[in-house]
Amino acid sequence: MTETRLTSTESGAAPKHAEPNLLEVKNLVMNYELKGGEMVSAVENVSFNIPKGHSLGLVGESGCGKTSVALTLIGLQAPNARVLGGEVLLDGENLLALEKEEMRLRRWNDVSMVFQGAMNSMNPVYTVGDQIREAMDIHWDPKPTAKEAREKTEELFNLVGINPDMIDRYPHEFSGGMKQRAVIAMALSCDPKLIIADEPTTALDVIVQEQILEELRSIQDDLGMSIIYISHDIAVIAEITDLLGVMYAGKLVELGTTAEIFARPRHPYSWLLLSSTPSITGPRRVLAPLEGEPPNLLEPPTGCRFHPRCPFATEQCSAEEPELTEIKPGHSIACWNHEKVPVGLDQAEEL
Amino acid sequence: MSEKNSKTRVKVENLQKLFPISKGLFRKSTDFVYAVDDISFEIKAGESLGLVGESGCGKTTAGRILVKLDEASTGAVQIRDAETDEMVDVTEINTKDEQKEFRRNVQMIFQDPYESMNPRRTIFDIVAEPLTVQGIGTTEEREKRVVDLLHLVGLTPPEPFLFRYPHELSGGQRQRVAIARALVMEPAFVVADEPTSMLDVSIRISIMRLMLELAAELGVTYLYITHDLAVARYMCDRIAVMYLGKIVEMAPTEQLLKNPMHPYTRALLSAVPVPDPSYKRPEVEIKGGISRSINPSGECRFLARCPFAVDQCRTDPHPGLFDRGGGHLVACHLVAAEGSWTGAERAVLELRS
Repeated sequence: MTETRLTSTESGAAPKHAEPNLLEVKNLVMNYELKGGEMVSAVENVSFNIPKGHSLGLVGESGCGKTSVALTLIGLQAPNARVLGGEVLLDGENLLALEKEEMRLRRWNDVSMVFQGAMNSMNPVYTVGDQIREAMDIHWDPKPTAKEAREKTEELFNLVGINPDMIDRYPHEFSGGMKQRAVIAMALSCDPKLIIADEPTTALDVIVQEQILEELRSIQDDLGMSIIYISHDIAVIAEITDLLGVMYAGKLVELGTTAEIFARPRHPYSWLLLSSTPSITGPRRVLAPLEGEPPNLLEPPTGCRFHPRCPFATEQCSAEEPELTEIKPGHSIACWNHEKVPVGLDQAEEL
Repeated sequence: MSEKNSKTRVKVENLQKLFPISKGLFRKSTDFVYAVDDISFEIKAGESLGLVGESGCGKTTAGRILVKLDEASTGAVQIRDAETDEMVDVTEINTKDEQKEFRRNVQMIFQDPYESMNPRRTIFDIVAEPLTVQGIGTTEEREKRVVDLLHLVGLTPPEPFLFRYPHELSGGQRQRVAIARALVMEPAFVVADEPTSMLDVSIRISIMRLMLELAAELGVTYLYITHDLAVARYMCDRIAVMYLGKIVEMAPTEQLLKNPMHPYTRALLSAVPVPDPSYKRPEVEIKGGISRSINPSGECRFLARCPFAVDQCRTDPHPGLFDRGGGHLVACHLVAAEGSWTGAERAVLELRS
């Protein structure tokens, strides 16, 4: 495990730009339309790339648009969602331009997802094997034979660390961690290029969580897949991703390698988020609370959306909106005053 | 937190709680889940003890017994009454008056701020309810007290909150209301069951800080139940680690984090995600999830998952807590024999080679 950690940190410090981008998200804008016709600005001008075989983490407080971005990528946004602009290029092809039916077939084959609490989304009256087979029946072309489906499921069970004897068991016979593994097996059943994992381990105990993250890490290495991890738990993101996007109020405010952002966060929001994360390692710091609450996106603040909570805000911040700008190769932020953000975390003194 | 008052506030002795497994309506159940099995600890006044473990380890059951939401099967719980300064046996509290008196002294904060409040009552009703039940003060006095408390927990200005309903508040605000309700009686002892685990990281820190400040100001004693060791590090003076109903290790917080001795504590610590991409984690040595302890056999409760088990662990009964000094207690045969974890590990390696 130590080895994997080292490689990911190294590749994080110096991203391998040689690898082509698997996914390019360009200027994605998505609003939710409310009954009266009002628009909630849920995703505003979000752009990022993921090279093949890399993993990107999306972090932020609840309601900042992480899941909205993910759902839009795979065309599963809520009925009242309006995609107002942007492109989602997977291997150069714009997924947003696809017909609904075409997109339905691409899901699972090209992009699959593991949702938060997905372990509770299995149908209790079918065996887990049957449910994985169903996914393959719909998405494989041609349909797998019974033998092929069986072999593939056994292979997947081995891959995610479940005994293949469990294939004919029902969901209630699985523990929480095993169900989550089965859902990951299902997500892998059509050999996708990209997996979106939305809080894949949030409901699990730490020891089981660590095992599942380890499993995902090795699957990613073995199969050369790309993964988007969404989590409110920054510590989990630090463990498993090499690229990181920090979201605030529907906007991407910082984007770079995980190693770089954790070592030297440049956006005030990232800096405060990291400063307020407790850890069992290192000196016991005074944790800085992040005052206030995320804004109501019916009427997002003028200028920078973070300015009402930002300790470094100036007049410019409430008037002009900063765009995501590269401050050094592979590290971008959307902030007018990033040079004011101290090096090192807030109040890092020992108690 | 405060050193000045080192009286024992809470004393738990050989606490046990068994839940019968139902076999059907007319059959007597012979199988029991040993949710809490023979645990003992003390909490000093003003101190905060963390009860940590995976889900299903019995930490919430233990907390509920301490505030008398559940009855113990056997064992004793004594809590010092703030007014009379006498230890009160919780199992002896039966009459309504005694219960009222007890609730004045002991309160609980629940995990879920969305479910622990009556949605049809206003914030004022919710926070003032303990006062109403206890018949304390006139309506005006109660209102003043509630306003003071909302102020204390950072819901400012308090007046606009008084006549709102829980659904109008965010999660963090609701948890502040829950804390205000728990503190309105100025209890000496509060059991906090995962009070921040449903909250965003930013709000989590302000709630944690609030609870620490209140502990310092009002001298509240906490039993802080959590699965998150990083949170426990900030909230607790001491930590007790539970596994399948047993306390397997108990030590001052930093001591436990720096020098964990029980194989389970070590595994738990090595699995905690660390917000530092350059951190190199030690290998997690145990696999699988926690099960339930149904009619457990007498050996060490951790035997099935312990990578270090030796013959003694398979034959001897579950080890008692071995005191290796400085308030560091470990329930492990190996550590008891060798005196430290390094010694225990060396001994196992020698035995196996």
